Amino acid sequence: MAYTPKTPTRHGRSRSETKTPLSSSFFGSNNLADASNPFIVASRPASRAASPVKKSSTQVQASLKKQASVGLIRKGGVESRLDVVTRDYVPPPPKSEKRSRSQPSRDNRDRFITTRDPADEVAATLDLMSLNPESASPGHTARLAAATGVPLNRRILAYHEPPPAASSDPLMTQARELVRPLYARAGSASGSSSGSTGTKDRKISTSAQRVLDAPGMIDDFYLNLISWSSLNVVGIALGSSAYAWKAETGEVTLISEGPEDTYISSLDYSNDGQYLGIGYPNGAVELWDVETQQKLRTMAGHSAQVGVLSWNGHILSSGCQDGSIWHHDVRVARHKVMELLGHQGEVCGLKWRSDGELLASGGNDNVLNIWDGRVGDVGPSTPSSARWTKRNHTAAVKAVAWCPWQPALLASGGGTSDATVHIWNTTTGARLHSLVTPAQISSIQWSPHRKEFLTTHGYPTNAIMVHSYPSMDKIAEIKDAHDSRVLFSAISPNGELVCTAAGDENLKFWKIWEAPKMKKKEAKDSRKGSTAVGILGIR
Amino acid sequence: MAPTKQKHAPTRQAITLKGSTALVTEFFKFAANTILFQRGVYPADDFQMVKKYGQTVLVTQDLALENYLEKILKQVNQWLLTGSITQLVLAIISKENRTPLERWVFDINLVEPPAATEGSQPAPAKPESDIQAEIRNILKQIVATVTFLPVIDEPTVFNILAYTKESADVPANEWVDTDPLAIEASKSQQVKLRSFSTDVHRIEAMVAYRYEG
Repeated sequence: MAYTPKTPTRHGRSRSETKTPLSSSFFGSNNLADASNPFIVASRPASRAASPVKKSSTQVQASLKKQASVGLIRKGGVESRLDVVTRDYVPPPPKSEKRSRSQPSRDNRDRFITTRDPADEVAATLDLMSLNPESASPGHTARLAAATGVPLNRRILAYHEPPPAASSDPLMTQARELVRPLYARAGSASGSSSGSTGTKDRKISTSAQRVLDAPGMIDDFYLNLISWSSLNVVGIALGSSAYAWKAETGEVTLISEGPEDTYISSLDYSNDGQYLGIGYPNGAVELWDVETQQKLRTMAGHSAQVGVLSWNGHILSSGCQDGSIWHHDVRVARHKVMELLGHQGEVCGLKWRSDGELLASGGNDNVLNIWDGRVGDVGPSTPSSARWTKRNHTAAVKAVAWCPWQPALLASGGGTSDATVHIWNTTTGARLHSLVTPAQISSIQWSPHRKEFLTTHGYPTNAIMVHSYPSMDKIAEIKDAHDSRVLFSAISPNGELVCTAAGDENLKFWKIWEAPKMKKKEAKDSRKGSTAVGILGIR
Repeated sequence: MAPTKQKHAPTRQAITLKGSTALVTEFFKFAANTILFQRGVYPADDFQMVKKYGQTVLVTQDLALENYLEKILKQVNQWLLTGSITQLVLAIISKENRTPLERWVFDINLVEPPAATEGSQPAPAKPESDIQAEIRNILKQIVATVTFLPVIDEPTVFNILAYTKESADVPANEWVDTDPLAIEASKSQQVKLRSFSTDVHRIEAMVAYRYEG
C-alpha cells in the first residue's frame, strides 16, 4: 500500500519515536518530517557534529525496523496500522543509478533540507522510505543546486554562533536617534547650546521664565489642577484650596479654601473666564464666580472622584473615577443634563472642542472616546455611545488636545507604557500620525501660532518637548523641566507661554512660542481686548 | 610574500600558498566589512576608514563583530591552506522573517599551474601591485553595486557560509552544517562581479539578490 503523508500515522509515529534515541521534540513545526524521517537530526545547529550522525542513523534504522514490525502505532485507523505492519523499512541502496547524478554519494540529504519547505521535506523523507519514486528528491536537490549555483558533493558550513547584533551601546543608539533629525531636514535639527534648545533661528530657553512656589501640590497623575483662563488668570489647586494668580499683576488671590480632610481633584475656568469649576474626590462639582470669589452652587451626584473638568459655554462636563462623564448645565437647577458612559476606567482626560461640536475623553482604560457634542437631544438618562472609540493607546490617556487651526485634529497621548502621541482626524476617525516619545505623556498643548504642539512628560524624563506638525520632528526638548513628573500644563491665552506644574511644588512658566508681531495699528485697536498680543505680559 | 622581479628566473617561489591564503583571507575580511557597511547591516558609524590596497576601506570598530569575523576567517584560512574550501558566501537575511535578501558568493578556485614544458621558465610571478589592483577593483565594484541592488529597509542579519569539500577537516564544535540560505530561483537575480587571482588562488565574486518580479 502506498504510504501517503496524510494519514494520522505520523502523529502516532512521533509518539512512538520517543523510544528511539532521537527525540522529535525540537522539530515541532514540522510534524511530517518528525515522523517519517528519523534521519533528520541536523536542523538544530548546536546539537550535532559530523561523525555522530552516522552512528545514530544506524541505530535508528534498527529500532525503526523493530517498530515497524511490531506495529507500534496507537492512533490512526485500521488501514494505517496495516500500513505500518506490512511495510518493512528498507534502507536506501547505497548507490542507485537514478540517484547518483542528483544525489550525493552518501546519504546526507538531511543537510540539504531547508526547514522552511515542508513539501520538499516530505519528498525527501518519502524517498528515504523508498516508497515514492525518486522524482521528488532529485527535483528538490536539483532546484537547490540551481538556486545556489553550487554543485553537489559539498558541505555547507556556518559558524555555530550567530553574528553579533548591531552595537548595543545605549549611548551610540541614543546618539543615532538624536542625530536622525539631522538627516531628515536641515532646518529642524535640535542643537543644544548651554541654555537653550532649538534650531539656529529658533531658541527655546531650557530654563523657565518664571517659577512660582506651589506648596501642597498633589503628585497625582489622574488629577487636573491648573487652568489658564482667557482673562489671563492662572487657577491652581493646592491641596484643598484654589488660588488664582493674575498674570498681569502677579497678584495671588485665594478663591476657595476647602476643609483639610479633602483635596481638590480638578479645576477649570469657563470659556469667558468668569466662572471656575472645581471638582472634589467625593464627586461634588462646585461653581465659583471669579470676580466676586463666591461659590455659586455645588453640583453633587457623582459617586466617585471628579478628576477632570471641561467647559463648553454653559455646559460643564465632568469626568469621574467610575468612568462616567456628566454634562452639567450650570444654569438650571437639575444640572445633570446628560451622562456619557464610555469608559471602564477613571476618566482622566476631557476636552471640548472650541466650537462645542465634539468632546474628547481619555480614560485609565486606555480608551480615547470622541463624543458628539450635542447635549440633551436624548433623555438625560439615556447613555449615548461615542462617535469614535480608539483603543490604540496602551496606557492611560490623560493628554487630549484639540488643534486650534485645524478643527478636526485631535492629539492624544498615552501614559508610561504607551508614551505615544496619536493625531486623529475626528471627522473620518482616521489616525493620521503617531509619535513615540521616551516618557509618559501627561498633557498636550497645541500652538495657535505655529504648526507645532507641546507635550509634557512624566516618568522617566520629566521633560517638555515641542514637536512640529505634521512632520513629527522634535523641535525642542527641555529635559528635567521639573524635579518630578510634569503632570499639569496650561497655555496662556496669547499662546506664547506654557505653565507647568509638578509634584515638586513648582509652577513654572516657559516661553515657547512667539506670537506673530502685529502691525502697530492693529495692536492699538485690540488693546481693549484682554487677549491682545503684546499687551499681556507676566511680571 | 614579495613578488620577484622578472629580470631573471625566479630563484624563489613567486608566492607561497601561505602568502596567497593570507592575501585571500585579508581580502575576505575587507570585502565582508565593505558589504556590511554598504548594505547597512550594521550602523554606519560603527565603521572607520583605514588605508588598504591603496585606497580607503571601511572596517568595523565594533569589537564583537570584529572578533566574530576574525574567528570565522581564521578557520577559512585553515581551509584555504588545505585547499578544502570552494566557496564562501556572505548571506544577508532579513531579521524578522529570515528570508535571504542577498547572497555575496566568492568562488575559490585553485589556479592551474601552467603546463611546464621543457626548458621553459616557470610562469612569471604576479606582482603584488597587480593583485592589489584587482582587489581594489572588486571592492570598488562592491561599492558600486548599491546603485542597482534593491534598497534594504528592514533590519538585517548576515551569515557567512563556507562551502567545503567533504574531506574538509571541520572543527565539530564550531562549524555546523546548515542550509544554503538560497534565494528562491524565481526571485533571484545574479550579477557577476570581477575576480582577482594570486598565483595560487583565483577568487571570483558574484552577488545574487532577491528581486520581486
